[in-house]
Amino acid sequence: MTATKAPSEPTQKPAVRRPGDRIFAGTAKASGILILLVLAGVAAFLIGEAIPALTAPAEEIPGGEGLAAYIGPLILGTLMGALLALLVATPLAVAIALYVTYYAPRRIAAAMGYVIDLLAAIPSVVYGFWGLAVLAPALRPFHTWAADTLGFIPFFAGPASSTGRTMFTVGLVLAVMILPIISAISREVFSQAPALHREAALALGATRWEMIRMAVLPYGKSGVIAGAMLGLGRALGETMAVAIVLSGGAGATLTLISSANPSTIASNIALKFPEATGIDVNTLIASGLVLFVITLGVNMLARWVVNRRADFSGAN
Amino acid sequence: MAKRIEVSDLNIYYGNFRAVEGVNISIEPRSITALIGPSGCGKSTFLRSLNRMHEVLPGARVEGKVVMDGQDLYGPDVDPVDVRRQIGMVFQRPNPFPTMSIYDNVIAGNRLNNKRMKKAEADDLVEKSLRGANLWNEVKDRLDRPGSGLSGGQQQRLCIARAIAVEPDVLLMDEPCSALDPISTLAIEDLMTELKEQFTIVIVTHNMQQAARVSESTGFFNLNGVGQPGRLIEFNPTEKIFSNPDEKATEDYISGRFG
Amino acid sequence: MSTPTRIAPEVPARPTGPVRTQRRLPRFAPLGLYLAGLALGAALAALTGSGLTTAVVYGVVLGTLAVFVASRIVEGPRKATDRLVTALVTTAFGIAMVPLLSLVWTVLDNGLPRFDAQFFTNSMYRVVGEGGGAYHAILGTLIITALATAISVPIGLMTAIYLVEYARGRLKKSITFFVDVMTGIPSIVAGLFAFALFTLLFGGGVRLGVMGAVALSVLMIPVVVRSCEEVLKLVPNELREASYALGVPKWRTVVKVVLPTAIAGLGTGITLAVARVVGETAPLLVTVGLITGTNLNPFDGRMATLPVFAFYQLTQPGTATQAFLDRAWTGALVLIILVMALNVVARLISRFFAPKTGR
Repeated sequence: MTATKAPSEPTQKPAVRRPGDRIFAGTAKASGILILLVLAGVAAFLIGEAIPALTAPAEEIPGGEGLAAYIGPLILGTLMGALLALLVATPLAVAIALYVTYYAPRRIAAAMGYVIDLLAAIPSVVYGFWGLAVLAPALRPFHTWAADTLGFIPFFAGPASSTGRTMFTVGLVLAVMILPIISAISREVFSQAPALHREAALALGATRWEMIRMAVLPYGKSGVIAGAMLGLGRALGETMAVAIVLSGGAGATLTLISSANPSTIASNIALKFPEATGIDVNTLIASGLVLFVITLGVNMLARWVVNRRADFSGAN
Repeated sequence: MAKRIEVSDLNIYYGNFRAVEGVNISIEPRSITALIGPSGCGKSTFLRSLNRMHEVLPGARVEGKVVMDGQDLYGPDVDPVDVRRQIGMVFQRPNPFPTMSIYDNVIAGNRLNNKRMKKAEADDLVEKSLRGANLWNEVKDRLDRPGSGLSGGQQQRLCIARAIAVEPDVLLMDEPCSALDPISTLAIEDLMTELKEQFTIVIVTHNMQQAARVSESTGFFNLNGVGQPGRLIEFNPTEKIFSNPDEKATEDYISGRFG
Repeated sequence: MSTPTRIAPEVPARPTGPVRTQRRLPRFAPLGLYLAGLALGAALAALTGSGLTTAVVYGVVLGTLAVFVASRIVEGPRKATDRLVTALVTTAFGIAMVPLLSLVWTVLDNGLPRFDAQFFTNSMYRVVGEGGGAYHAILGTLIITALATAISVPIGLMTAIYLVEYARGRLKKSITFFVDVMTGIPSIVAGLFAFALFTLLFGGGVRLGVMGAVALSVLMIPVVVRSCEEVLKLVPNELREASYALGVPKWRTVVKVVLPTAIAGLGTGITLAVARVVGETAPLLVTVGLITGTNLNPFDGRMATLPVFAFYQLTQPGTATQAFLDRAWTGALVLIILVMALNVVARLISRFFAPKTGR
């Protein structure tokens, strides 16, 4: 190859470009750059509006104990709800993805996938309505039972909530909301598992489950992880469903089933912001900044996993 | 209309990779020049450099001269778009625009450039171009149907009609028959011999019989090995190439002792 | 009068071919066993006096167990595991259907009572009890969504064009990456961004419809970019080359060949992006607020939007609680109908605008 190296690389630049081409290409490029600027702007403006809260004396922050004491429980609440949702949704989503790709009758599989996707189309405020009106009352017996029998575990410490508007219910609502995200991505990677491997497994006399375990799951693993992280990102930032269902604002507790729950960052903003003035606004924006950083981190990690998989998958 | 193309010391690069080197060739007007050679020898790259089509790939550039009737096509103030208006091209796979009717496909070159035309003028151009491509009788009753509804051979002739509708001087054809059946191939070959009355035609082909059947001159491209640049080994009248070539490599390739 | 002779049907001999046959459960046995398990579970629940949920749980567990045990005895452990997994993944799909059906049923059940003409023609202006409607909120949602679309589609589409037709190297990589990252921005954060931006421009406490549109655009642009990018990539390169070879400049090629060829996919993608933001509540809550009257000017003060309207009707009911709840549910119902309609439109676009082959 060395023999074919060009002696002088940039001898010829594309000489003539028409004005129309230059304008069009310039506009397109400007749009792309604008997007980068918007993202930078989101960070910059949030930081700008959060600074007054960062520099304010502790007693002026709502609660009177400073910013960390205000945001801390909110972060805890955000993580608890989102992780519970992830724990419930991931296995279910993987099973659903397997069902749609390899078990459902061929003719209706596509329709079934579409039905699951419908779950993602429902506005989050409607999920909140449903969680409040249906799921919370339905889970009340479980709350009582869990407090009685599982009360020794910190997560199920009593007293049980009498309304069902708890972190546990919130976690389940969030699980339903992120289910379609995880299952859509899992479905995609499962269906891309190399047909050669699958047929090889079947040709060796494997049952369908053995084929999936040998040829599909190893291949789809990182896709499932990425999907789960995207789902996590969504659950962390979910606002309305939590704001409606959760009776929060009680400070840091680990229990999922009592009526004293920490709120989440997003729902706290939604509930407090319309009435907030002065330093309260800055405090809320500061908490929004924290949420932005957390979700950004989770999403970048997810994208990194996805991209790495694309590089190493070896399938085309 | 038809013009002569003089190529001297042409090197073609993709990034740092030299794909074709040192080509000198003189392409005669009103004749068919065929380019043959094994896969990857740079004949298609060379063909595409004649109307600066290779430049759509990132990093592609040339050194050397391509002169058409005294004008250097790679001169500093030459717009590649203008070059392509003078030198048309037909591709390996027929590629009519799927969103356009047969009629619109033929005058696409004018329509896409917003050239104003009277209805009668456009009708004339469509008929003339389709007749020129031997397609008029087959499609005159369904000009408003999508071009993608035609057979492969018809689609390729539609693409030829589309190319000649912008009235170029030169027509480049990049393996125009390789995706077609023998009967459609024959129709295209007949068409080429008619078209050479008006146009300079350069055709890349894998099919040596085709080169022997239709062309006046033939150029043989070859490369010394993988990763080496392609070279023009021999350029002579077709008859001579196929009966008594100057180079041993040419003879080996033509008689099938290649490799 | 001859009686037709009846030939006794021959009993086909069991084929004893070279292929070894395994012992298998008869074709409908698994289903039968499963149903039997279900029935048993229901009976058990009825005996212990539990509710429907418990009955279903018992039934599913017992049905799965019945199939597994039977298969294990007749077909061996490998096949039994296979059947167990089949039952499990099918159950998982069933579980996912429960919230969907329950949600749709609940919204219909609670939303239909006020799904009347008054709801679509009246605002909440000077309504404190019964009556009133979401006329102002529906129009507000349509206006703000339209504005957000008007901002997002040009930027998103041009960025997609840039990524597919022009961009190379580092800038392309970073735009692609950050567009992906941007899809994960929480909607409330987008709202805060718009709020902070306009506070900086117009001073504190400002609430405008256009702020909501900007917030929605932050959420919508990355979706538009991604879907348009995927669609533009599908346009065959041969068409671009055909156009270049006719002496058509690149920008005209993009505008007149690439975009028309991809129009069906572009329309579908953009419609789905609209469907995604039309139900967004949180960003509008912090930027647009809510009013009871009809304000159709997005550049002048607060506006009502359907999701925010429904939220406040539910969470801050006035004296006539039931009237507020009814309006809230009807608002939710209208919202779902809006989103579903957009989804259907997206499918219709992809069906009717796809390039015709017309044989």
